[in-house]
Amino acid sequence: MEPFKTHKGLVATLDRQHVDTDQIIPKQFLKRVERTGFGQFLFYDWRFLEDGKTPNPEFELNQPRFQGATILLTRDNFGCGSSREHAPWAILEYGFKVIIAPSFADIFFNNCFKNGMLPIVLPAHVVSELFDEVNKTPGAEFTINLETQTLATSLGKKISFEVNAFRKDCLLKGLDDIGLTLQHEDKIKAFESQHSISPRAV
Amino acid sequence: MAPKTIIEKIWDNHLVHEEPGKASIIYIDLHLIHEVTSAQAFDGLRLNNRRVRRPDLTLATMDHNIPTTDRSVPVKDPMAKNAIETLERNCKEFGIECFNMHNPLNGIVHIIGPGLGLTQPGKTIVCGDSHTSTHGAFGALAFGIGTSEVEHVLATQCLQQFKPKTMEIRITGKLPHGITAKDVILAIIDKIGTDGATGHAVEYTGDIIRNFSMEERMTVCNMSIEAGARAGLIAPDQTTFDFVQTRPRAPKGTDFDKAVEKWKTLPTDPGAKYDKTFILDASKILPQVTWGTSPGMGCNIEGRTPDLKKVSDPALRHTYEKAMEYMGLGSNQPIKGLKINRVFIGSCTNGRPEDLRQAAKVLKGYKVAPHVRAMVVPGSQEIKNLAEKEGLDKIFKAAGFEWRESGCSMCLAMNEDILAPGERCASTSNRNFEGRQGKGGRTHLVSPAMAAAAAVKGCFTDIRKWVYK
Repeated sequence: MEPFKTHKGLVATLDRQHVDTDQIIPKQFLKRVERTGFGQFLFYDWRFLEDGKTPNPEFELNQPRFQGATILLTRDNFGCGSSREHAPWAILEYGFKVIIAPSFADIFFNNCFKNGMLPIVLPAHVVSELFDEVNKTPGAEFTINLETQTLATSLGKKISFEVNAFRKDCLLKGLDDIGLTLQHEDKIKAFESQHSISPRAV
Repeated sequence: MAPKTIIEKIWDNHLVHEEPGKASIIYIDLHLIHEVTSAQAFDGLRLNNRRVRRPDLTLATMDHNIPTTDRSVPVKDPMAKNAIETLERNCKEFGIECFNMHNPLNGIVHIIGPGLGLTQPGKTIVCGDSHTSTHGAFGALAFGIGTSEVEHVLATQCLQQFKPKTMEIRITGKLPHGITAKDVILAIIDKIGTDGATGHAVEYTGDIIRNFSMEERMTVCNMSIEAGARAGLIAPDQTTFDFVQTRPRAPKGTDFDKAVEKWKTLPTDPGAKYDKTFILDASKILPQVTWGTSPGMGCNIEGRTPDLKKVSDPALRHTYEKAMEYMGLGSNQPIKGLKINRVFIGSCTNGRPEDLRQAAKVLKGYKVAPHVRAMVVPGSQEIKNLAEKEGLDKIFKAAGFEWRESGCSMCLAMNEDILAPGERCASTSNRNFEGRQGKGGRTHLVSPAMAAAAAVKGCFTDIRKWVYK
């Protein structure tokens, strides 16, 4: 996994609460067996008109000023619903590295870290202030420093954010979870020798 | 020793490694996989030259993509076919048992685990599917994971996890006549919202839960994720033991007796503290019907859509307006009498024998309204066979329902079972998100009895007033 240290980028807003993973990547695209190729279908039903090709001019992310955005600013409970990791895959492939919201659904939040993306939780009123700033400032950019846990806006506002120390470390170093766990192979073996489970075999 | 909740007990029993400030490593007793969230995990194993650590604790089924029509006909959708074949190939390569479409044990992943007796009290159970919480009904700590974690479990039989906070949802009072487990869980989600339990593992408690059958408990635990919960579980008791004992892959004889002794130590100790508690008085629950595009947009048969004039929070009003526009509903509109075109009975929420019996009881002697297309999709092939033995299929077919093969079907509409734009569906599934059952389709979540009654009347009707024939 690529390490995540700092990130500076254009901010796009998605002013909706409870955006679910069925919207992020609709089910008809989950039949792919690869990890790639999902970005083109991100927010498919919102992003495109009936023909499935023409960008829907009403959809926020299609605004010219948000093209090339790498930071997504949104509302509460982002990523609720299904566990599909295709959702963060699609978001990342579309170009977003950072998502900022007052809250996230658990599985989605976890899936982001597994893909080198940073979901940032900020209080709802702070998120609202950021929305105001982005709405008023065409081309608004944020700079995120994971090491110092700070977010700086192009108007000079500085905000600090919380992130779990372990998750931060994994992101900063781009650590492979499986490799980390396998360092404890002896403990897994010891556990297995004491812990009896009836296996699935008949 | 300090009193512990069942959640903490299972967590502690599975702790392989912990270090301050880091995610803990916990052992996984049962890993269920299916065709939609596993292919990329197997690719990862091959890429890193890793094996599956415990194929004997891993079980695969295909359910999301598969057609619910005649199984002897090849799968038409080339991408679905590829996903199905990829799973079968991966299982063969890594030595994992897989119930393909032609296997009589095939079914929805959360239906077959309990059906086989692999879902047992005290286990840790994961699957790349958010409705894994279903297995919590047996007093297991069961939760959905992403594909990276599926790969992690395949490679290590462990997961890196932060200990979840605990929440008690206590259901008190007396369950009114005609109110089902589905109404109870929908009412809970209506009250606490789709993020009401985020970050928490939930234990459901109270006499009503105790008196529920295993199938009813599964319906409740299944939708825990719809309240944002990491997991939802119910402490095991005699009802649990009796259910497990009859299952083919449960421990047998003295092994079973020994297991029961262990399982009896699982329930939450008196005086144990939860991080959060929510109490619901079930006496006031009415037959539930969701009105909007999130399971938290709950309503009941006597209710109306929200009155936008009375919603002061602008963000919430905006959310409601968007949902009403999508659902083709107005502000303050009554639910009773709302016309539907489609009915779906099935899914990991409500595709078990009791659900089918409940619906069949309503349908007996009635016909589906002429403008309604209705289908039943049993949760597994075994359940389908059982229902046929009981003659339920005849009741459904006589009423005008389509009686289909098992699968996830129109719960998420990955196969051909799909709503057309603008169609309105009474569905026993778990999610009413935009497009969930088909682009432009409008989903109202209800119990099997309410769905069956809606099929007959052609609109939502009060099941408490139903005349059974």
